[in-house]
Amino acid sequence: MAEKQNLADWYDEKYGKMHNPPLFEQLGGSGAVDAAVDIFYRKVLNDKRINHFFEGVDMDKQAAKQKAFLTMAFGGPHNYTGLDMRKGHAHLVTQGLNDSHFDAVMENLAGTLKELGVADNLIGQVAAIAESTRDDVLGR
Amino acid sequence: MTTIRYGNKSLELAENQSVLDCLNGHGIPIPYACRTGVCQNCLMRATDGTPPAASQIGLKDSLRLSSHFLACACRPTENLDVALPDDALPSTHALVSGLELLNHDIMRVDLEALSPFEYRAGQFINLVRDSSHVRSYSLASVPRLDKHIHLHVRRLPKGRVSGWIHEELSIGQRVEIRGPSGDCIYLPGKPEQALLLIGTGSGLAPLYGILRDALDQGHQGPVRLFHGSRDFHGLYLMDELRKMERRFPNFSYFPCVSASHVPAGFVAGRVHEAALRETHELKGWRVFLCGHPEMVKQTRKSAYLAGAALRDIHADAFNVSHA
Ligand SMILES: Cc1cc2nc3c(=O)[nH]c(=O)nc-3n(C[C@H](O)[C@H](O)[C@H](O)COP(=O)(O)OP(=O)(O)OC[C@H]3O[C@@H](n4cnc5c(N)ncnc54)[C@H](O)[C@@H]3O)c2cc1C
Ligand code: HEM
Repeated sequence: MAEKQNLADWYDEKYGKMHNPPLFEQLGGSGAVDAAVDIFYRKVLNDKRINHFFEGVDMDKQAAKQKAFLTMAFGGPHNYTGLDMRKGHAHLVTQGLNDSHFDAVMENLAGTLKELGVADNLIGQVAAIAESTRDDVLGR
Repeated sequence: MTTIRYGNKSLELAENQSVLDCLNGHGIPIPYACRTGVCQNCLMRATDGTPPAASQIGLKDSLRLSSHFLACACRPTENLDVALPDDALPSTHALVSGLELLNHDIMRVDLEALSPFEYRAGQFINLVRDSSHVRSYSLASVPRLDKHIHLHVRRLPKGRVSGWIHEELSIGQRVEIRGPSGDCIYLPGKPEQALLLIGTGSGLAPLYGILRDALDQGHQGPVRLFHGSRDFHGLYLMDELRKMERRFPNFSYFPCVSASHVPAGFVAGRVHEAALRETHELKGWRVFLCGHPEMVKQTRKSAYLAGAALRDIHADAFNVSHA
């Protein structure tokens, strides 16, 4: 523990203190996820391009999963790996999940953040994190 | 050293170990996915002791108040008895203190608990006929207002438990109840919020409790109750509800009838359609849905799409087992 602390101090001295707190905190942490989930999931259920993937599941459970998704995309703490993303969406890939659906989710994600008044550069960072999972989600 | 109890097992937590890791480590399969307090797969309930606040972050208030917590984020410093949300509930004995038909097929059952029984209006209990016949019934009474527990039981054709209740239960009989459980309850705070209550048949039971609880606690915002049935014989407590309408100006009652013959004073159509016709913008509303499972499922979605926040939608689907 002490060693880590020293390393961090050394890093700060050498490169100067980091001015920007991590993305997740800048977005407002888990409170922001709670606010976003309500808007995001509503958008997804209203989106004819993708809502069939989300039908028939218990809404509260499904919303909790959307929360996991948003926490990930917001750069928050999570333990999901690329393999988890692959396994978690494999049944959707067999149902035809493809790039156009992925794009639709990206669009809803950006729309949600805009609605919450999040600055464009932060939206860009969130989009980049989500984008980095594309091949795993689509099982390629 | 902190001990957790699960069923009949007592387990010691290692330092800083989560309840999830401890249980899974002992071969007790608790579902999980993210392990970071987000996905809520590992939802559990404390049956004794208080779960740490950190294990309740992100849970709906109603779950929080009913001692639910996330096992992966739960590192208690005091002993805790834990269960899966649907696991065996505490058992209480009660005497049947009243039986009264509310309409041709719904019976009010009054129960006097023989030991202290804490509950909130709108939760449900499991009533035990015998070990293989246990059914859930919602609590229509309000602990503050009613001396005894009230249930509204609809008789189903060939219903093993509802039939027994209607035909065999007698005043003074001793029965076992388990619970309470469920989070379809009125939470104080936000007295200005608008409330929409929608129920079919005996789905009025929890709503009647929630409604009286809210009004008695001085709820100020508009409160709308839509109770539906195929024809008006299926409705009940109409006089009481109309009286409450006169007493509380912020409360309105809409008895709905879906059959073709609609007497004066009733709303035509299916109850959830009528409700959403009357109130199509639900942003900021708190919504309660009880009764027919298909109605509950559909309305939960339409209420959410109409703007109600997920944490503001409380529901109990009266699922009937097909065993
Ligand atoms: C959380 C919760 C709360 C509940 N609260 C209440 C309550 O407050 N009041 C209340 O009355 N019930 C309530 N129920 C339903 C209740 O628990 C029982 O399922 C119900 O009373 C039927 O049990 P039974 O033993 O009489 O019927 P069973 O013997 O289990 O079933 C009889 C048969 O009827 C069939 N059947 C199913 N649906 C119908 C139907 N609509 N019409 C005719 N036949 C049908 C079934 O397939 C079955 O074969 C609640 C259920 C849940 C899950
Ligand atoms: C943009 C990148 C994506 C990420 C980072 C992501 C992430 C996640 C996560 C973390 C979960 C929860 C897994 C669990 O805990 O069980 C999940 C579930 C889910 N995702 Fe995604 N997802 C992405 C894209 C998509 C797309 C494009 C779709 C479909 C259009 C989709 C549909 C679903 C569905 C339906 C579930 C729930 C599956 C179930 O019920 O088990 N996701 N996703």
